[in-house]
Amino acid sequence: MPSPILKKMHVSMTVNGKAVEGLVEPRTLLIHFLREGLGLTGPHIGCETTHCGACTVDLDGKSVKSCTVFAVQADGASIVTIEGVAAPDGTLHALQEGFREMHGLQCGFCTPGMITRAWRLLQENPNPSEDDIRTGISGNLCRCTGYQNIVKAIQYAAAKISGAQFKEAAE
Amino acid sequence: MIPAAFAYHRPKSISEAVALLSDLGEDARPLAGGHSLIPMMKLRLAKPSDLVDLGAIAELKGVREDGADIVIGATTTQREVIASELIAAKAPILKEAAMVIADPQVRSLGTIGGNVANGDPGNDMPAVMMCLGATYLLAGKGGERRVAARDFYHGAYFTALEPGEILASIRIPVPPPGHGYAYEKLKRKVGDYATAAAAVVLTMAGGRAASCSIGLTNVGETALWAEEAARILVGSSLDAATLRRAVAAAEAITSPASDTRGPAQYRTKMAGVMLRRALERARSLAH
Repeated sequence: MPSPILKKMHVSMTVNGKAVEGLVEPRTLLIHFLREGLGLTGPHIGCETTHCGACTVDLDGKSVKSCTVFAVQADGASIVTIEGVAAPDGTLHALQEGFREMHGLQCGFCTPGMITRAWRLLQENPNPSEDDIRTGISGNLCRCTGYQNIVKAIQYAAAKISGAQFKEAAE
Repeated sequence: MIPAAFAYHRPKSISEAVALLSDLGEDARPLAGGHSLIPMMKLRLAKPSDLVDLGAIAELKGVREDGADIVIGATTTQREVIASELIAAKAPILKEAAMVIADPQVRSLGTIGGNVANGDPGNDMPAVMMCLGATYLLAGKGGERRVAARDFYHGAYFTALEPGEILASIRIPVPPPGHGYAYEKLKRKVGDYATAAAAVVLTMAGGRAASCSIGLTNVGETALWAEEAARILVGSSLDAATLRRAVAAAEAITSPASDTRGPAQYRTKMAGVMLRRALERARSLAH
């Protein structure tokens, strides 16, 4: 026999270094828990079909699309959203600075997902080739930029993190 | 897009999971990475009464060597398949196929078990498993049984899995050292299912194919094992005339749908082109 459907379940997780908890329906998607439960509206809801990557967050050291994870699956997990990328004093991360300097955004809708994905990519591969970057962000769609300046923004950040200077200009 | 309500269970062992699935009835579904099921639930094409999350079952995870076989736990993610040194060294076609599945975020959570057990003809791993001669270990309330990948797929989304059973692991005989391999996939864009794809594993001896196995993706109701095409190639030097006959034999067993990826005739021809490319690359890698 199917079980009676419990209205709410308790979840607790670490989000951007802070312990949080909440009551969610099992069907609550992680993106909705983050945005509506915790007020973290940085991760965006784009396609809702696991294609666009606007909802990308970091879950236990991996980039995931939070529209395709139930909040109950993330019980006990450690999550980083775009809100957790800058330093606590507000100093921008090298990626955020790179997106500004290289014009890596136009409308900005894809940017939180792009940066959160690139943040993990640069930890997995601190010195990526252009090809590595394009493959690495292949799960994130941008409808404005044509990607060229996004790739440069990530190259800018990779150079800055490794102590070098990125010499190219934005397109 | 909000799925229909369901009850959520998170068992810690295979026996607990299969007992739950059996007790909860046919409207309960196992949940692995969720990257096929959750999108279907959001579209309300699937409305399970209960989800039995396999994510906390340690015995379903990981890649290990067991004698002459590699055993991959069902909830091992595509990302973990790609990262496995054992797979890269012993059965690199699995890594190659995993790398053309969806995108990095999907591979973070999508599992190899979900990919093979869901029965979606668009999934890439079933043809690779047929090509490699893999065996699936299925666990149910009454115990375990083994089914060959080549016998597992009965139709689109119809497999040998009985209600209440889950796929526990995949056992793959390690191909001989020096084998050549390739997974060639034609797709319109990142994240797309194959228009057509071909998996090849072959060994060469004295300039001739000593063994060959071929799987085809998304050109029929299920993944296909192209037994006749491979039989034609064995013993040959993979000369042009033999290749033509083998490709024709592979094309002959396809029955793709005409859809947004192209008309059926085109997809059949692309299966042939992918096979030809996969054979050429596999031969170049064989030594």
